[in-house]
Amino acid sequence: MGPKTKEMQGRELKDENQEMTGASMLIQALAREDVDVIFGYPGGANLSTYDEIYRTGMHHVLARHEQGAVHAAEGYARVAGKPGVCIVTSGPGATNVVTGIADAMIDSLPLVVITGQVATNAIGTDAFQEADVIGVTMPITKHNFQAREVEDLPRMIKEAFHIAATGRPGPVLIDLPKDIAAASGFFNYNQSVDLPGYQPTVIPNKLQIKKLADAVTEAKKPVVLTGAGILHAHASEELFEYITKQQLPAASTLLGLGAFPGNHELFLGMVGMHGTYTGNMALHEADLLISIGARFDDRVTGALKHFAPNAKVAHIDIDPAEIGKNVETHIPVVGDAKEALRMLNEYDGTPGDFTEWKKQLAEWQEEYPLWYREEGDSLKPQRLMEMIYEETKGEAVVTTDVGQHQMWAAQYYKFDNPDCWVTSGGLGTMGFGFPSAIGAQFAAPDRQVVAVLGDAGFQMTAQEMSILQELNLPVKIILVNNAALGMVRQWQELFYDQRYSNSIFPIQPDFVKMAEAYNIKGWKIDNPEEMQAVLREALDYEGPVLLDCRVEKEENVYPMIAPGKGHHEMEGIKP
Amino acid sequence: MKRTIIATVNNNSGVMNRITGLFARRQFNIDSITVGMTENPSVSRMTFVVNVDNQRGLDQVIKQLNKQVDVLKVRDITDDSIVARELALIKVVAAPQHRGEISALAEPFRASVVDVGRESVTLQVTGDQQKVEALIDLLKPYGIKELARTGITAFKRGATKSDFETPKYSIIN
Repeated sequence: MGPKTKEMQGRELKDENQEMTGASMLIQALAREDVDVIFGYPGGANLSTYDEIYRTGMHHVLARHEQGAVHAAEGYARVAGKPGVCIVTSGPGATNVVTGIADAMIDSLPLVVITGQVATNAIGTDAFQEADVIGVTMPITKHNFQAREVEDLPRMIKEAFHIAATGRPGPVLIDLPKDIAAASGFFNYNQSVDLPGYQPTVIPNKLQIKKLADAVTEAKKPVVLTGAGILHAHASEELFEYITKQQLPAASTLLGLGAFPGNHELFLGMVGMHGTYTGNMALHEADLLISIGARFDDRVTGALKHFAPNAKVAHIDIDPAEIGKNVETHIPVVGDAKEALRMLNEYDGTPGDFTEWKKQLAEWQEEYPLWYREEGDSLKPQRLMEMIYEETKGEAVVTTDVGQHQMWAAQYYKFDNPDCWVTSGGLGTMGFGFPSAIGAQFAAPDRQVVAVLGDAGFQMTAQEMSILQELNLPVKIILVNNAALGMVRQWQELFYDQRYSNSIFPIQPDFVKMAEAYNIKGWKIDNPEEMQAVLREALDYEGPVLLDCRVEKEENVYPMIAPGKGHHEMEGIKP
Repeated sequence: MKRTIIATVNNNSGVMNRITGLFARRQFNIDSITVGMTENPSVSRMTFVVNVDNQRGLDQVIKQLNKQVDVLKVRDITDDSIVARELALIKVVAAPQHRGEISALAEPFRASVVDVGRESVTLQVTGDQQKVEALIDLLKPYGIKELARTGITAFKRGATKSDFETPKYSIIN
């Protein structure tokens, strides 16, 4: 991508090595990084940047709250597989993106966040809209920078994109003081990244790969745990080849869903707190656990003292710090999932014999499938998820917040394809699902994007309906409305003697009217008979849609591993 | 167990903050941190004395340090042949009749008197931790008014740059 070759919304790139402002450098650099959309919000400290956006015609999506902008950038990053870009102002603008940055950090999403800052001579004086954003975001970014000289800016931006997208992806923040954005300097983007302190190991060690391959040959009860690292590495094809060639049963973490097809016979479902019985028992009984791009989060492992007690643990991860962090690892493999799987696929090992093991797994699947009761005339949220799966043929991009609806979506929407699932896993962020659907729609303009949201989470970022209205973005909002913070309510029911403290909404807005206020078509549904037809109509509708689905309020997510329990102590495994 | 870890880091503003913040949020237990410039002005050297429960805890400290973009190299040098020194300033209550005694105590430690007041003297001692602690113990009966210690700074004996290469934190690297 040479200079002057790539058009920026009708505007040509400026030549290298000419004098320009910091703000201009920023936009020129973003164009060279193939950024096709920015999510952001202007303010006092980034006026120069917004002036440059105005003048160049750089594609910018105006959120209505900075949290909306950063979650949209996350949704974009997850689906596009490249950094999402978010530009906000100093002080409150910057602190409003903190949740999204923390979310991206824990779920390893590549973001480049550019925050305005007060002028360098005002930094440290408690100036208007000043906040120590570098200090605030230090623990929740992969790295952060503050520009102190205008000519450092191109290097910083280049490094930011490099750090965000390579190795274990993550958010990188650049704090850009107002005077630096306005100052002039020579723009040179034709430099290589030189970061001696940042050298991710991409190619795994051959001996470790051999050890792993030999362990598979020897194993009687192996199981593969697929994590989001496979998706970040774009390694689904390699994974499919590996699993089908070796005939290994595979289970997935929440964030790894879609890495391996959800409808495949070797797939055991999601593991963890609300995972399938078979998936969890497979981990518990396995003699070899091969974790690929997963980090043994506590929601996955349950009580560590009971976790995979009989298994030799092999752990493939690009981040060496994840290996051995929570679970003792016998075969560590540091490297990119794609490279590791490619090497495993090349390795000619004797295939193992897992007949007995598979028989056992099939029995469990037969005996303890996911279940819910279909009774009365209430709309079951689980059935709703199945319908969404049926009606979208499993081809939609599904986003969620956190909580019951998220678990039901993970359990009942069979993710058959990679990069179709955008959810807040590690941080568990309410208000994530809707704006991330907006970002996902920008990353995949031709795909159906369905935001499956709880009624509580939706109210945290509902203002972004403005974006749908403004751009006629065909995001389908499906509210799983139980008039409660469902998961909080469930825990209060189970562990706090049904003392429903502040988890049930005494009143709710009229969501259909709310949608209509933004000129978005809205439906309310409360009985199962009309559900499928309305859902079909809504999904076929050309523009944005909101479906207010009044589901069974008392429904709980099962099966479940109670806190402090192990995989073998699941509750609610049968009706 | 106590381990001595050295790291070379970019001499950027805020690097110390990154490291101490990392230790705090990961609940790593630190006895001391020292930092200072190296022969290369763009690189600083840090020495940490950490208190960890086991090998896995130690691995985490080193791996998390390594993840920092501004951290260039990390090494646990506890089991190597190292030079480890700290400096302590000790202000001791010293009536005129005790000053001779205190000087006599200081001499075998090669501690020097760097300041004298009407009721106190200040000693400066350099050495490994045991030596510094031994002198402090000897001076305690006189009454220590103030004590300032730098913490350990260390490197490998006869170390050349070429053998400060592969960190030991992982068997696969």
